[in-house]
Amino acid sequence: MLLRLTGRIILLLFTIAIIAPLLLVVFTSFKTTPQFFADPIGLPPSLSFHNYASIFEGQPMLRYFGNSIYVTAGTVLLELLFAGMIAFAIIRSGKKTGAWMQALFAAGLMVPAQVNMIPIYKFIKELGWTNSLTGLMAVSISTLLPLSVFMLANFMRTLPKEILEAGSIDGAGEWRLMTRIAFPLCAPYLAATSAFLFVIVWNDLLFPMLLVSGKQHLTLPLALLQFRGEYTTDYPMLLTGVAVVSLPLIVVFVFLQRYFISGAMAGSLKG
Amino acid sequence: MKNRKWTLLLFFAPGTILYLALFVYPTLSGFYYSFTDWDGLSPSYSYVGLDNFKTLSEHIVFRKSLVNNLKFMLAVVICQTVISLILALMLQRKSKLSAALRSLYFVPTILSSVSVGFIWTFMYDPSLGLLNGTLDKIGLSGFTQNWLGNMQIAIFSLAAVQAWAHIGQMVILFVAGLQGIPRELLEAAKLDGGTRLQVFLRVTWPLLAPAAAVVVSYTTIQSFKAFDLVFTMTNGGPAYSTEILSTFIYNTAFTNFKFGLASAGSIFFLMLIAIITWLQFRVIRTDRASYS
Repeated sequence: MLLRLTGRIILLLFTIAIIAPLLLVVFTSFKTTPQFFADPIGLPPSLSFHNYASIFEGQPMLRYFGNSIYVTAGTVLLELLFAGMIAFAIIRSGKKTGAWMQALFAAGLMVPAQVNMIPIYKFIKELGWTNSLTGLMAVSISTLLPLSVFMLANFMRTLPKEILEAGSIDGAGEWRLMTRIAFPLCAPYLAATSAFLFVIVWNDLLFPMLLVSGKQHLTLPLALLQFRGEYTTDYPMLLTGVAVVSLPLIVVFVFLQRYFISGAMAGSLKG
Repeated sequence: MKNRKWTLLLFFAPGTILYLALFVYPTLSGFYYSFTDWDGLSPSYSYVGLDNFKTLSEHIVFRKSLVNNLKFMLAVVICQTVISLILALMLQRKSKLSAALRSLYFVPTILSSVSVGFIWTFMYDPSLGLLNGTLDKIGLSGFTQNWLGNMQIAIFSLAAVQAWAHIGQMVILFVAGLQGIPRELLEAAKLDGGTRLQVFLRVTWPLLAPAAAVVVSYTTIQSFKAFDLVFTMTNGGPAYSTEILSTFIYNTAFTNFKFGLASAGSIFFLMLIAIITWLQFRVIRTDRASYS
């Protein structure tokens, strides 16, 4: 009984702990600066959209969104294609080749992005790819390959071997087997993997920070970080920025939460 | 048949080329830079052998960042595992409310660390923030703090935010583990007259161990790899009291322009993560075996 009560109390407290900071962002974004200093944590006395208007006026927000969408969509789609092809080839090629290729990519799972930041920064600079969103995309794709290959190979291994063999006997080539049989049958897994990769790439700070600068190249997290310099301790403006950047993400999540959650689960099993 | 083999090799090609060029090659060259005195700017640099590693072992800030990272990791692992387990036990039932709460808890996980960092910088603000404001209002003014400015507690303030952001994900893992436990086993234990606590300790917990192993090892790695949040909220300050390995590497390279030394730090970091990951794979594999 006591155990249950303790559990209930923790449940309630934690729900408040999750909601309160999020609500605070929304409340603060509707306050003018004087209203904020008069009562920093209370409800907004009136709904003022002033902060939203000035963020969109003062910042090329659409450009930032465009940059983030370009890098994220490009990375996720090419990642699915490249990692999907590798995963498919791993399960289709002989035991030996498959195992070697799998080991090559699994080794990369142990290398965190922070370890690679210095040499990647140097290499991209040598190639002259700094300040290029496409260069950033190339780096994102390669650093996420170990994780994606691992997830997708695991998913594809669950396909019944007979289906692919039957297709093969009917004369289908490997490309056809992959695009017509393996990918469609794995569609929910591909969706989960995309959702997982989407969150990582959309929110990435480290590589954009190292590889791009200048207002026309910023992605959303990077832009948000720059706001701090411009609105120093103007919390209403900063938190309006947070709201503008986070809201679309939350909307996507609400509609596709099944995939986000199953993707995060599969991803965390592989670290 | 031969033909198929060649086709499959082509399947490997695009990803593997990219991976070798932009991942494997940089990783290997990182090893090389760790033996040089490169400053990141000048065109020439020289080979200095193990000097960087020697400097590192005596480097006060590096040692501090390792200790901080351990404190951060322990705080996050304990906090995240215990709370998410309790929440999962409360939310395992298949009802609309518990599904909605699980989704709600997941929201911070999808937000960018910069957003989370800004939200909590505000929450922690000593004079304007919600945390001190609430403590004042409920008569606990004695507990108000300069959460990010106090050198003793800043690292734990950050650990709390890290846990806040990721508990939702861990709840989901625990719920999946709980739902995988056969109902009959729990009912049988109850019929035998077991109390709630007994059933949990004797039946649920042993069967939940694999999920717990995943949660603990994933959280351990995640908290060693934390960067964005710390960078956004304190960037290692005040006075290096929240410097962790990844911010140390970043600042050594890009603020102090000691690329060679930072590379040596990266290699150390890589070894550390590799050992933890290897242990994680072992733990999870052993657990799977005992599960069946």
